[in-house]
Amino acid sequence: MAVVKLGSGYNIGVPPEACTFMERPAQAEAKPYEVQQNSSLPNLSIVSTGGTIASRIDYRTGSVTSQFNASDILTAIPELKEIANYRTIPIATILSENMTPAIWQDLARAVFAEIKGGAKGIIVTHGTDTMAYSAAALSFMIDTPVPIIFVGSQRSADRPSSDNAMNAACAAAAATSDLGEVAVVMHATTNDDTCAIHRGTRVRKMHTSRRDAFRSLGVLPVGEVEYPSRKVTLTDGAVRRGSRALALHDALDPHCALVQFYPGMSPELLKAYEGYHGLVIAGTGLGHTSTALIPQLRHLADSGTLIVMTSQCMHGRVCDRVYDTGRDLLDAGVIEGGDMLPEVALVKLMWVLANEKDTKEAAAMMQDDLKGECNRRSAHGL
Amino acid sequence: MDYKALGLVAGIEIHQQLDTKEKLFCHCPTTLREIAEHNGEFTRYLRATVSEMGEIDRAAKEEMKHDRMFRYYAYDTTCLVENDEEPPAPVNNEALSVCLTIAKMFGMTPVPQVHMMRKLVIDGSNTSGFQRTGLIAFNGALPDGGLIETICLEEEAAQRVKDEVFSLDRLGIPLVEITTAPCMHTPEEVQKVAEYIGMVLRSTGKVKRGLGTIRQDVNISIAAGARVEIKGVQELDLIAEVVRREVQRQQSLLSIRDELRKRGAGVDATAGTDVTALFKETKSAVLKKAKKVHAIVLKGFAGFVGTEIQPERRLGSEMSDYAKKCGVGGIFHTDELPAYGVTAEEVAHLRMHMHAGEQDCVILVAGSGDKQASCAIGQVITRAKLALSDKPVPEETRKMLESGSTAYMRPLPGAARMYPETDVLPVFIDDDRWEAVAIPELLTAKAERFVAAYDIEKNYALQLAASEKLPLFERAVKEGIKPKLAAFTILSTATELRRDGVDIRKIPDQAYLDTWHAVGNGKAAREAIPEIFRSIAEGSTFADALSKLAPAVTREELEKIVKKIIAGRAEFVAQKGKAALGPLMGVVMAEVRGSVDGKVVSEILKKEIEAITSPKKP
Repeated sequence: MAVVKLGSGYNIGVPPEACTFMERPAQAEAKPYEVQQNSSLPNLSIVSTGGTIASRIDYRTGSVTSQFNASDILTAIPELKEIANYRTIPIATILSENMTPAIWQDLARAVFAEIKGGAKGIIVTHGTDTMAYSAAALSFMIDTPVPIIFVGSQRSADRPSSDNAMNAACAAAAATSDLGEVAVVMHATTNDDTCAIHRGTRVRKMHTSRRDAFRSLGVLPVGEVEYPSRKVTLTDGAVRRGSRALALHDALDPHCALVQFYPGMSPELLKAYEGYHGLVIAGTGLGHTSTALIPQLRHLADSGTLIVMTSQCMHGRVCDRVYDTGRDLLDAGVIEGGDMLPEVALVKLMWVLANEKDTKEAAAMMQDDLKGECNRRSAHGL
Repeated sequence: MDYKALGLVAGIEIHQQLDTKEKLFCHCPTTLREIAEHNGEFTRYLRATVSEMGEIDRAAKEEMKHDRMFRYYAYDTTCLVENDEEPPAPVNNEALSVCLTIAKMFGMTPVPQVHMMRKLVIDGSNTSGFQRTGLIAFNGALPDGGLIETICLEEEAAQRVKDEVFSLDRLGIPLVEITTAPCMHTPEEVQKVAEYIGMVLRSTGKVKRGLGTIRQDVNISIAAGARVEIKGVQELDLIAEVVRREVQRQQSLLSIRDELRKRGAGVDATAGTDVTALFKETKSAVLKKAKKVHAIVLKGFAGFVGTEIQPERRLGSEMSDYAKKCGVGGIFHTDELPAYGVTAEEVAHLRMHMHAGEQDCVILVAGSGDKQASCAIGQVITRAKLALSDKPVPEETRKMLESGSTAYMRPLPGAARMYPETDVLPVFIDDDRWEAVAIPELLTAKAERFVAAYDIEKNYALQLAASEKLPLFERAVKEGIKPKLAAFTILSTATELRRDGVDIRKIPDQAYLDTWHAVGNGKAAREAIPEIFRSIAEGSTFADALSKLAPAVTREELEKIVKKIIAGRAEFVAQKGKAALGPLMGVVMAEVRGSVDGKVVSEILKKEIEAITSPKKP
């Protein structure tokens, strides 16, 4: 069907054979944007990767795709200009499901260069689907003295009710704050009144569509930003600006995988992971698979795959010392992943295996807390 | 008034809610709720976005003049789609079918493929900031030769509770929007067309009934004026009046412009003057409370700002409406001062301070700060300039006030307010589907059939056809109930009970049918119907109401009762003869408490009286 826009603004679909070519309209010139900057404000860098915070209709498919660059964001959200002075660095225009470890590396390098160049804070615009993975990746890859804030929107930027403007304004406020770590800043509730600041290694997208989909699991958010006042409050546990020296460790080992165990799962499936350097299992409950999987897991571990157990419960800590199956898993060479989120454990495993060649050392690092991903205590009430 | 000579051109848009099981883009019921029943609330801001052509709609821009936080009430009958927290479901197929039926009734042509659009509306009435709408069919005909341009299927907006608080129960109810061509030329014609379209819509039996379920927007212009869209005319009877008043308003604005020009009026100021200090000690609560009071002089406007342009409305009201877009409560102008606590002395002082001459009008606005006050003064300047311009009637969307006068809402929207609804897949309307759409009988044709088939009076038949209980009537007739009994109960009995304060909505259709069947087979008298209904409305079941109010009396029992009553009044009967029938009817009916059909009582009484009074044949 050919889409016809009527004078009233309505579109209708008509068969192409019913259409007659009349003339080709003159190509409209893109309006040049000139973003007024206030040099007395702090310098922030916006690194854009795409996603709904900057998406609009694609007439090729009729659906929404990302095609804005970071400068478009400033034009679309004028409020940002009151907060800081910006440099914009587009590194990708992808929907976040198409993110790869290679792009995490590009992202980390770009962010590192900006901080080195003097940026007081970084805003990474990102699709929400895999934002938590990227936030975890940057948490491990960069030691940062300044805030690195991931932000996106759950409702597309082309709608008046989009959460993009408020999220972006709160992200900019967080990026100029006293924070000194990688965080995700998104709506804290369904109201347009507060954004939560989530630690990059403890955050998870917990709803497909709600504005407050992002939640900190096992810990409280490290802070919040009120809206519209943009007042930032940090908890005592939040890493403060300047407490870490800038460093980049951008190596990743992509030969790692994450597999979710389910009842009746065939051991044959695990054969697909032969030759992988690392494997994270999202097990049941305290961190289990069926007994039937154990021989294959033992074979993988013996062949050099580092296997980390996490729980599909999301909340709580694995403990493979309670039941027989757990003990058998440990005996087979599986290590406990503490209270790490399965996705975070995967990203960490990629980073650890690329940076530490000694398997024993790597296993110990997987169980150490590097960037707030592993809590030593399971706090009550969370 | 010679409307044709004035070049009156009018068209209407009718918005009718559909009575579907579910909403247009989610699976919530289309039930309206009491505000007190809301079980959640949340707050949002809305921002105007650019159209896919890269422009911001002018109507949306106007609504953006001040930041507004909207509050929404949610219910256990609303979901994340109404909250704008979940993508829409596919278009409700039942609603599309009703829309296609209506389209076919007007002889329209369906579009081959429906594309849902987002119509930008950022006044808070839609959580998303837009109303989803799709063009379904076009080119329909009215019986008198008028044209229907389009029919669209839309989602209903949220109901405003108060100020910036909205209730989500109504949001998403399917709505058809029928737009006529500007083909009407008198106020009465507009009303007649609206009535006709309403009748066709109700003929589907699939539209919601009651106040607020149908709304008319009227587009009006006169030759020298401009097109104005008046929104939300709920009462059909007011349509003609609304048109008359709009013509009056446009004429008044034209003549005020001519007078202003004669006087050499002008709007020179580009900004207001801060006069907050002048009102430090004022008795006017509004001015005293205001953080900033700004004033502006309109040269040569004295007397005209206060001139009535339609009942209860002045040029000043128009300026006030414009200023309100900045969040201020309104304006003060010297045509109406001293008043509202502002003294003559203060007015004189203000005039002097502003160097205003006798023929000038000074406008005051009270704002929460310089930004708001300047915004409001800017709006007054804009409106005053329009009053003097070549087009003194601005193209506007206006809302109807109670009496039929109107107030400014926003500029007419342009095509830039439409954006494709990317979350809903297009829907094909193929030939098979269109062919299969059946056209229901028009209510007017139905009424004629009732007159012919059931011997019901024409007026009654028309009322019946228009009644919400029409399906009940048709079902009753199908079940063998006497049409006249059903019609009388629906149109008279129930109406009287309602006027008496009985909540007849609590009487289910099945209770009507059970009662009629009871009357039909002699278990209850016609006369008992009101009491049975009253009892059901108060919470009884039909069976309880029947046994309490109309205990079954057999014919033999009735004959015994009649004989006993006549025996006790033998003298009276002997004396009055046949004339005793009337008084005795009352006595018997009281005895059986209305549980027997009066006709049967009368028949037995007559027989027994005759038996006593007629001379016996040897």
